Amino acid sequence: MTKKYFTIILAGQKNIIVLLMVMGIYSFTASFKKNNHTNLCPAGMLINETDSLVSKKAFLEVYKVLMSPRCMNCHPSGDVPLVGEDSHLHGQRVKRGEDGRGMYASKCANCHMDKNTPGLNKPPGNPDWHMPPANMKMIFQGRAARELAAQLLDTAENGNKTIEDLKNYIANNGLVAGAWNPGEGRNPPPLSYEEFTKQFRLWIDNGAFLPDR
Amino acid sequence: MIQLTVNQKKYDVDVPEDMPLLWVIRDVIGLTGTKYGCGIAQCGACTIHLNGEAIKSCITPVSKAAGKNITTIEGLSPDNSHPLQIAWLEADTPQCGYCQSGQLMAAAVLLKEKPNPTDEDIDDAMSGNICRCGTYPRIRKAIHIAAGLQKQGGNK
Repeated sequence: MTKKYFTIILAGQKNIIVLLMVMGIYSFTASFKKNNHTNLCPAGMLINETDSLVSKKAFLEVYKVLMSPRCMNCHPSGDVPLVGEDSHLHGQRVKRGEDGRGMYASKCANCHMDKNTPGLNKPPGNPDWHMPPANMKMIFQGRAARELAAQLLDTAENGNKTIEDLKNYIANNGLVAGAWNPGEGRNPPPLSYEEFTKQFRLWIDNGAFLPDR
Repeated sequence: MIQLTVNQKKYDVDVPEDMPLLWVIRDVIGLTGTKYGCGIAQCGACTIHLNGEAIKSCITPVSKAAGKNITTIEGLSPDNSHPLQIAWLEADTPQCGYCQSGQLMAAAVLLKEKPNPTDEDIDDAMSGNICRCGTYPRIRKAIHIAAGLQKQGGNK
């Protein structure tokens, strides 16, 4: 009686172990399925749950910067750039134009000089001041973190940039770095430039996972 | 010393590199057709051409203009024969006139890049130039007239 009882329990334990193994395998594969951009993970990189958590967390830090006025104002959902801490529409009917550098008498560089113009709220400057071009708008405004991460990784929407190109762009582009020199009357992004580039690298180097939302 | 080319004439000016180009044009060189409005690139009264682009001279440091071609309202044409100048007279466009040199310089870039502009093109090009007299309808009309004149060959 006792022996039979233990046999049943052992059989039950085996079933449980098998069940747990099946669940584990499912969970492991599901973690890949959740990310619809598995091809975006750098080739040969060991990806595990820790990597995905680190990656997603890093992107959420990156997202704070990208959605700050210093970045989002030139990545609007429409063709008019945004200005100010409240991201209102640029005055003077300024528009993107085909090349992202404005139109006719209202081209960006007509007022945005190579450097910030001294004085409170006077036009900020950069030698390369422009918006994304009309054929590659790279919209940030209104994008959820998951959407924006996917967009940044999509070569059809990011100017055909590879993952390495993206890291180099963030680390070396003068207009990106210019966000941390916003001129009088404007706040810099919420992270330092060094922290931003670090978090961007963490996101990419740990698999470039998309945040859950 | 900074060398400038204004209306195809060369000038050597001894001014600080960060002096606004507008000050140099008006106070050093003496070409007063370009006006001071706001001083912060908001009104367009100071619009001139720098290598053909309609810049706001009130916030452009003179150093940026070194070695480039500057055109002011005085250089738009040698004898007021630019289609825009003819059209401006025909439409009796100005009221007080203070903003009009900037308006003309902005319109000249529009007509160069879009010879037959629509009303929307005109709005896109001219909204950086404010007119406190509200001559906007006549500005629009004059630009359409000028586009027609330009198509015919200019001085007709």
